Amino acid sequence: MYQKRLTLVKTLNFRVILFAFALIFGVVFSIPSLTQSEQGKKITLGLDLQGGLHMLLGIKSEIAIESRIKSMAASVKYIFDDEEIIFDDLRMVDGEKITFELLDKDDVIKTTALLKKELEGTVLSENGLKFSLAMTDEEMVRTKQNAIQQAVDTIRNRLNEFGLAEPTVAKQGEDKILVEVPGIKTQEDEQRIRELIARAAHLQLMSVDEDRAARVSTMSADEAKSFGDVILQDVNTPEKYLLRAIPVLDGSMLTDAKVGFDENNQPVINFTLNGQGAKIFGDFTALATEGGKHDRMAIVLDNQVMSAPQINERIGGGHVQVSGRFELSEAHDLAIALRSGALLAPVYVMEKRSVGPSLGADSIRSSSLALILGFVLVIIFMFIYYGMAGAIANVALIGNLFLILAIMSLFGATLTLPGMAGIVLTVGMAVDANVIINERIRELLHEGKSVAKSIEDGYSNAFTAIWDANVTTLIAATVLYAYGTGAIKGFALTMSIGILASMLTAIVGTHGIYQWLLPKIDKKKLGFWFGIKAEGAK
Amino acid sequence: MEIFKYKKPLELMSKSKRFGLVSLTLLILSLGLIFTKGFNYGIDFAGGTLIQVKYEGKAPIQKVRDAIDTDKSYEGATVTFFGGDDEVVIKTKMSSKKLGEDVGDKVRALLKTTGDFEVRRVDMVGAKVGSELREQGIMSMLLAILGILIYVSFRFEWRFAVASVLALVHDVTIAMGMIVLFGIEVNLDILAALLTILGYSLNDTIIVFDRIREGINTIKNPDLGSIIDESVTRTLSRTTLTSLTTFFVVLTLFLFGGEIIHGFSFTLLVGVIVGTYSSIFVASPILMWLGFSVSDYRLKEAEKLKREKEKEKMRAMYENGTI
Repeated sequence: MYQKRLTLVKTLNFRVILFAFALIFGVVFSIPSLTQSEQGKKITLGLDLQGGLHMLLGIKSEIAIESRIKSMAASVKYIFDDEEIIFDDLRMVDGEKITFELLDKDDVIKTTALLKKELEGTVLSENGLKFSLAMTDEEMVRTKQNAIQQAVDTIRNRLNEFGLAEPTVAKQGEDKILVEVPGIKTQEDEQRIRELIARAAHLQLMSVDEDRAARVSTMSADEAKSFGDVILQDVNTPEKYLLRAIPVLDGSMLTDAKVGFDENNQPVINFTLNGQGAKIFGDFTALATEGGKHDRMAIVLDNQVMSAPQINERIGGGHVQVSGRFELSEAHDLAIALRSGALLAPVYVMEKRSVGPSLGADSIRSSSLALILGFVLVIIFMFIYYGMAGAIANVALIGNLFLILAIMSLFGATLTLPGMAGIVLTVGMAVDANVIINERIRELLHEGKSVAKSIEDGYSNAFTAIWDANVTTLIAATVLYAYGTGAIKGFALTMSIGILASMLTAIVGTHGIYQWLLPKIDKKKLGFWFGIKAEGAK
Repeated sequence: MEIFKYKKPLELMSKSKRFGLVSLTLLILSLGLIFTKGFNYGIDFAGGTLIQVKYEGKAPIQKVRDAIDTDKSYEGATVTFFGGDDEVVIKTKMSSKKLGEDVGDKVRALLKTTGDFEVRRVDMVGAKVGSELREQGIMSMLLAILGILIYVSFRFEWRFAVASVLALVHDVTIAMGMIVLFGIEVNLDILAALLTILGYSLNDTIIVFDRIREGINTIKNPDLGSIIDESVTRTLSRTTLTSLTTFFVVLTLFLFGGEIIHGFSFTLLVGVIVGTYSSIFVASPILMWLGFSVSDYRLKEAEKLKREKEKEKMRAMYENGTI
């Protein structure tokens, strides 16, 4: 007995030690995932397994250009008023450029210099006293890219403030945004999240065109445009307002937005403007009340008038209150949207997949069942057919499974339903290497070679076949990973990891075990060890 | 236990014309089905919305259909049982670009009166995304084949590469034919299954080819037919065993894996059978038909060996300082 143990120590080799390390590594690092413990790195379940919302959003970046032009127009007006340059007919043309006319020839040089200094990325062309201001091509591209990046950041901020666990927001391709929100429990939550993301949260303070306001009910949109006005509707009532198209200021000058309550205990949103905004707002309210006037100012959110209060005095300090007969949850979401900033361009849904938590649980149950059943079937089959050689292959197979889990845990990889299928399939394919090796060993034993020689030659004969087969499958899996989307990627990932892990377990590991056990393999018991009759063996 | 014990080579190549005919017939039938009946594209590729609803108890499918029909915009929507009889799937070509307006929400409202239910899944794919995914799918298939072609040419010889790729095309085409025949809905998972078949069938073919390559170098008789017979027979045991284990695994996936991966596992099931058949009966004869010559190959290999030896010699001389 002592003698035998000594021989097994003697035959310890680097292969079996490497395999033992791999096995320990596999078991240790897959424990956090298997027990779903709080500590340690573990596999994230895909949205199809834990339930959640997956969306691919497109972005209308041309709207970003348009609003950029709009804010340029507002700046031009502000600069001219500030510098007391007399101008006329300032308007936007087709959302592409701004045109205006100067009345005093002496202002031309001053104007060109001022606009060049204040408005970067624009080209000014003049025709006598008529000017047109447009964006440069580079500025257009930059604005579009900026709109996407800003949308990604804004949506991320909104979701984070909403208090969700680990939402993913990422740019995909040139102009798409991927949003993944796990763990949504109810349909109402999902709807709130969708609305929160979609909200442009484009806040504008606009002055009411009091000279023509009385005619608003009969005025057409085109007629309003000819006066440099727009007609917007109230958010709650059918009432229409005639407003100056160029806003006094917009949400970009906002520093904070909070939910509060008015004297009737209705939810309102209080927001604070930055220094520049507060100054513009103060100047405007002073102008609106000049000479005993009581002009109105409309608070416009996403092109709907929230309210249009009369201004009674100059308002300094930059504090503004918006009331709009909100629900409390609505006010809460709106404040988040305003705080995290407006979307420069609206987003739209290109793809949306939502999975309820109960379906995810069902999928986990059925695919785990398939995985375990398939695994057990293969293990029983291998043992019956190959005897101890089959058992050795089974040890490698179990090692392979743990290694896949461990590697995925360490990378924090996502396990999806097709990923589960990938693991099931890997089990089928990993065992193939051992089938090839065992067949080769049997062949050599039948030819009458010794056990040691049969094992060594069996491995070297089988190696090229296994290698080439694995490499070609890896090529297919890599292409799948590079070109696939979402769930398909998961499938390719688990399969690739499985193939690589099987090289270590099924080839190196089992080889090491054979070399280690060699002194114990009785050539008279080939039936027990290799599942064949011992006829030809020496 | 031993099922396939090698005694003497099976005479396969002499019957290769018959197998060729079988494959050709299957191929033509499959192509015929693909081009006449066509694929039943699911929402992933065609765009649209899918809503999976689970009821408490048996789903009142007629009521669901009636409820859906009350809204004109859902014309052409289909309602079918999914898995058991407590779940239904509603499919419509409609999709909505607006984040606030959700087809799922609307359907939920329509179904309000049909009983106690839970909406478990809403998938919506815009038409543009669908066509993009389809292009990507075809692209990935072609790229995978190209990569394989290059690798096999490099490791074996170009005729081996062409033969293995033709066998792949054979397998994937027949699998696609079966998908059309059984009206399986083609979504992204089916694409994944087809690519898996690609990998699997290739795996099988490569292992047979590896044995043929070995046979060419060790068997004295330069007759390709008999080398192939010998090699295929030698690997028959492995081919069948691996196919059986993989088949078992895929079968459990098909039977117990749940409705969502039904199409996926069905495609794999077909793929395993066709892949096994093709690696035994189709890939090797193609090698013969392509005019692979054993003696030419041996000559080339010998030359390669000679060149390498010469190089080695030169290097040795260089290192010894004789040059």
